[in-house]
Amino acid sequence: MDEKIPPPSPQEQEQRLHEERVSRRTFMMNVGIALNALVALAIATPVVGYVLGPVLRRREYLAWVPVGNVSDFPVGETKLISFQNPFTDAWDGATAKIPAYVRHSAANEFTVFAINCAHLNCPVRWFSESQLFMCPCHGGVYYADGSRASGPPERGLFTYPLKVESGKLLIEAGQMPTLQNKAKLDCPGAGQAEPPKIVARIEQCPTRGGQPAPGTNASTIG
Amino acid sequence: MPDTRGPASPWYKRLYDWVERRVQLEGPVKEAALHPVPKSTASWWYVFGSASLVLLILQVATGIMLGLVYAPSAAHAWTSLEVLNHDLPLGWFLRAMHGWGSNFMVAVVLIHMAQVFLFGAYKFPRELTWIVGVFMLLMTLGMAFTGQVLRFDQDAYWGLGIGASIMGRVPFIGGQLVHLMLGGPTISGATLTRFFALHVFVIPGMLLALTGLHVWMVLKLGINEWPMPGRIVRRDTYVQEYNELAHNHGLPFVPGAIWKDLVFSAAILFAVAVCAAVFGPYGPKGFPDPTIINTVPKPDFFFLWIYTVLSFLPPDMETPFILIAPVVAVVILIALPLVAGVGEKSWWRRPIAVFSLMFIAVCWGTWTHLGTYTPWSPVMNAWSGAEVPPDLLNGRTPLERQGANVLQEKQCRNCHALGGKGGLRGPALDEVATRLTEDQLYRQILLGGGNMPAYGSALSPAESTALVRYLETLHPGFQPAAEDASRYVVGEGGRVPPNSTVQRGAGQTKVR
Repeated sequence: MDEKIPPPSPQEQEQRLHEERVSRRTFMMNVGIALNALVALAIATPVVGYVLGPVLRRREYLAWVPVGNVSDFPVGETKLISFQNPFTDAWDGATAKIPAYVRHSAANEFTVFAINCAHLNCPVRWFSESQLFMCPCHGGVYYADGSRASGPPERGLFTYPLKVESGKLLIEAGQMPTLQNKAKLDCPGAGQAEPPKIVARIEQCPTRGGQPAPGTNASTIG
Repeated sequence: MPDTRGPASPWYKRLYDWVERRVQLEGPVKEAALHPVPKSTASWWYVFGSASLVLLILQVATGIMLGLVYAPSAAHAWTSLEVLNHDLPLGWFLRAMHGWGSNFMVAVVLIHMAQVFLFGAYKFPRELTWIVGVFMLLMTLGMAFTGQVLRFDQDAYWGLGIGASIMGRVPFIGGQLVHLMLGGPTISGATLTRFFALHVFVIPGMLLALTGLHVWMVLKLGINEWPMPGRIVRRDTYVQEYNELAHNHGLPFVPGAIWKDLVFSAAILFAVAVCAAVFGPYGPKGFPDPTIINTVPKPDFFFLWIYTVLSFLPPDMETPFILIAPVVAVVILIALPLVAGVGEKSWWRRPIAVFSLMFIAVCWGTWTHLGTYTPWSPVMNAWSGAEVPPDLLNGRTPLERQGANVLQEKQCRNCHALGGKGGLRGPALDEVATRLTEDQLYRQILLGGGNMPAYGSALSPAESTALVRYLETLHPGFQPAAEDASRYVVGEGGRVPPNSTVQRGAGQTKVR
């Protein structure tokens, strides 16, 4: 260490660098760098595709999943069910199953609600006595028809597309509902700021068949 | 290098010299260790940075130990944690050390940051050291969050749901971001492996690299001197002033200043070990089966404040706030040394800085405290678990008692407390009759409003009558129930009542 030669002065360095810059060796080094950049690009592009894999799949993850026979769901009741994700891996374990609520409001009129609160996806719980869904996280509350009752959610519960085929109830599932992929509001105006009249708020979110939830129309409660 | 080699040297000295001739590390290490620092920095206030580093090393070491056993599979992770907790000798202790080490690390990093901020250490020429530190803080928090996910229990599962829900609020690409974060359209095995890679390779790798850079800059730029009121930082004179402080009135870092770092680090490590031994490992809590919905998800301690903030935001402010506030906060932190890079360092001359820090600390403390008992959440089992206090049933008619039944049965208690038991979401009902008249009670119950759901569809007329009759009895003996003046007028046959209720002293002598 003692016998280190002193470093070149700045002028000397500058001069040397200038010579280097124009030399053939510099050119060859630049070629080397360019080659590496090319190879890196060629290798990295598929890797980007690999990392973005989950995004590039276009709705292939959705499928119609049977959740039970129509006769399993008595009219006027809301039942907690669970179904298997349409596409699973062997190491998914218990997470392959997803819970949901099936509401049979009137003869052959079904609604299937996602378990996830529209606020931050916590699991809502159904209380049949008070006909409310309550969320344990931040206190979001929904009416039996899934419309927002109180708390921080800005919309009602998410619902699954459903159909009835040969006595079986099927839902189109496979994706965790979030505001983005289910952002279209089920009923117009539910996302707007509090309307002036309370009755108006309740009436403005009709259920599937255009019928207000029993007991929530103005004549019942006004 | 002094030539001490020779047959007289002991074997270890010769070995050392043999290695040193080849690696030649003695020079730089000595230079780093013996570099002079201002005398004032040999203080107990300057020990938090080194303690953070020691905790990081502890986390790496205990993390590797846990990695020997942990199975990053959604089907097996929870079980492998149970094996660590119960089947392997001292596995529980390693998990506890890693968990408590994480808590201590976040705490010490925050204290370090507050100290650096108060002492003006982010000013010229240490701006970049601060900026790198901001990213290290983000990574530390990232480690805490991803670590909570690896503890794959119900809290982890629903915590991921919260994360996905926040991601989903990003305009246009939110849906794709959710899929990217979860590794698929739902929380599944692919999610856990993703977070495993983040927690074990990606974030620690970046954190270690930035730590190296951070320490390197501390060595090159010198430790911030103790700020004195009136000693102004100027770009053209600071370096010279600092060198004078360090060289003329300084002392070598080793051993002059480092002994306090060493003592504090040892104390912190000991504290982690004591907490680990006494309080044990964190969870895992319930088995991560999403179909078990009787769960109350809650984030770890250092994220409780976010949990609180999210519950208090009005619905229409939520998405903008969630998306904009963190960006603004990070931009402010990064811009701080660039905007306020010169001038006073002393807290005596920086009242805004001091009050900002106090304000943030008070907000954080309040939010965290609220997060520990979540007054905004319904208590899910209060309707079946919290009984009506007997003295609120004494002397009631059968109809009123039936109303108390309705109160329990319809889950009112999930949000409303009676006798101090029940939810805190809505107001306590012990004296509700003094606030609302009979008509107002009907209206409130059937129509809801003010954050209360409408019960019109869930109550039969008989049930609502019983309920309101019962609520009407809930007032103290010395204070009458609220009464509608117009009803009184009607009762008097249209004549103006002689005196107001209070003037008459109505109810004051009534004994129940």
